[in-house]
This record gives sequence, structure tokens and C-alpha cells, in this order.
Amino acid sequence: MGWIGDTLDSVKSIQIRQLLTQAVSLGMIVTSALIIWKGLMCVTGSESPVVVVLSGSMEPGFKRGDILFLHMSKDPIRAGEIVVFNIDGREIPIVHRVIKVHERQDTGEVDVLTKGDNNYGDDRLLYAQGQLYLQRHHIMGRAVGFLPYVGWVTIIMTEKPIIKYILIGALGLLVITSKD
Amino acid sequence: MHSFGYRLNGLLTFSLTILTIMCAIASLSDNLNTPSPSAEIQIININRFQKQPQGNDEVSLTMNISADLQSLFTWNTKQLFIFVAAEYETPKNSLNQVSLWDAIIIAKEHAKFWIHTSNKYRFVDQGNNLRGKEFNLTLHWHVMPKTGKMFADKIVLTGYSFPEEYR
Repeated sequence: MGWIGDTLDSVKSIQIRQLLTQAVSLGMIVTSALIIWKGLMCVTGSESPVVVVLSGSMEPGFKRGDILFLHMSKDPIRAGEIVVFNIDGREIPIVHRVIKVHERQDTGEVDVLTKGDNNYGDDRLLYAQGQLYLQRHHIMGRAVGFLPYVGWVTIIMTEKPIIKYILIGALGLLVITSKD
Repeated sequence: MHSFGYRLNGLLTFSLTILTIMCAIASLSDNLNTPSPSAEIQIININRFQKQPQGNDEVSLTMNISADLQSLFTWNTKQLFIFVAAEYETPKNSLNQVSLWDAIIIAKEHAKFWIHTSNKYRFVDQGNNLRGKEFNLTLHWHVMPKTGKMFADKIVLTGYSFPEEYR
């Protein structure tokens, strides 16, 4: 009964090879996504080249769920530009428009005041205690382009994490059970 | 190879690619537009010109703003955000820009307008440098598209100045 043992061995080795191939292709997908993301970070000069609009403070221009493409160049910050910034101590970035600029003669540093188009008052209420202006290091990038509705996927996954787990579970199941 | 799952996957990928290409073309079509905007701003009155307790100058003024921005609208334009800013130089700051008034224009018909208004936002300097100072009034516009690249430009109007004394 040697040939039964032989066929059993060959079946096992095919399965292992298939499993390894699938694992490698999954790894390739994940790493190429990472390469694209890091490459975008380099090209746009911003830590976060794409952000999702989370609030309605810039309506009717940007609605909740739109995504913004950011770019950060060495050009000075000027009034009217839409900037994305972080307040010290808060992790959620805010997308608002610059309404006041004071640029120093000697150092070129700027003091910047922002306001959401749909808000009544400026952002001083949002800044840290005692902070009157933003400086350049608070600003992550300027919005240069946008796509509507695409960001809803991220919002849903953040606010209802159960959907994230379901999606990842389903994807994992698909990878394991697909025949090639 | 022809199961439901594969066909759905193929369909989704194809439609997403087509949508992305359409958005890009829509954005590129904005470059074909050659705008020719015009604007005029008149300062009717300087209502208040005082130094605040903290030491910063504050101005309140009334202006007439008239503009024709209809040529900026294309089929891919969602709205036009316009604002009037005062720009001036001080010994400490090489550039100061203070936004005085802004508006959102959604329809092309409203892009030709005339308005008599006082400044929407407080005009406060960083310091007390405004007496007798010359400044420019710039009308900026930001075109926000339905999809794609946003662009902005401005018209600079020169020749305005503050009074020599507080009032």
C-alpha cells in the first residue's frame, strides 16, 4: 500500500504550497498599499495626505463624508487657504479656512487665525487655553482637491467598529476559501 | 471563473475606475475656462478707529462692494467663496491680512452683485500701527468644484488709508 501513502503525501504538499502562495499574495497586497500610502506622504509633504471631513462646519462647500487631498509646500500661508490643523492635546484634525495672517518681518513666522465657513465665530474657542493664533507647525497641509461622499466608508468604520471586524472577517474568509 | 462573486468584483472595480476617470476629466475641464472677473470697493465711512485696552488698534468701517464674477462659474463649480481682506505692512510684520467680509455664492446669477455692508469680522491689528497707514483691499475668490481641484485668485485694489488720528 505504498502508493496510497505516496498520493497522501503529494496531496498534503499541494495544500501547503497553496497556503503559502495565498499568504504571500496577501502580504503583497498589504505591503503595496503601505508603499502607496507612504509614497503619497512623501509627494504631498504632509503627514496625512488624505483626510475625511468629519463635521459640518465648512458647509455647503465640504459636507461630512467628503475626502480632501492635502499638500504642504514651503509657500507662506495666506488668507483664504483651507488648512488642516491639529490643536495641541487633541488628536482629531480640523479643516477650516484662514481668515487672518500676521507674518513677521525678520523670521517669516506666521500667526494665523482660522474659522469654519459655516460657523458664526472664529476658532479661538477651539484653540488651547490662552492660544490666540496658530503657528506653521500646527498646520498639516492645505486642501487642494476633493472628492465627495468617498469618506463615508471611513466614518462608518470608525463609528461602528463592528462593521470593520465583519469586513475583515469576511475578507479573511474569502482569501482562505478561494480556490486560487 | 464565472461565479457571482467574480462578476460582482469585476463590475465593482470597473465602475470605480470609470467614476474616478470621470471625476478627473471633470476637474481637468475647469482648465478650459478663462475667467475675466472685475470688482470695485469703496470705503464709505470709518465708523470707529480706537485703541483697545490691550493695546491693539481696532477699526470698524462701512464699504460698498460691487463685483462681476460670473465668468468664474463652470458646470463643475459647486460654489464660489469670496472674501474681502485688508492687507498692510507694519514695522513688526511684513504682511498682515485681515478678512473683513465674506460670502458664499452658489448660483451664477448671484455672482454679479452690489452690497453695502460694514465689516463682518473685527478688524484688530497686532499692535497699534494703523494711524495714517496705507492699505490694500483685496477681493479673493475660491472656486470649490463639484469634484477635483480647487483654485483661487484675487484682485488687489490699492490706495486706501486710515485717518491720522483716532476717532
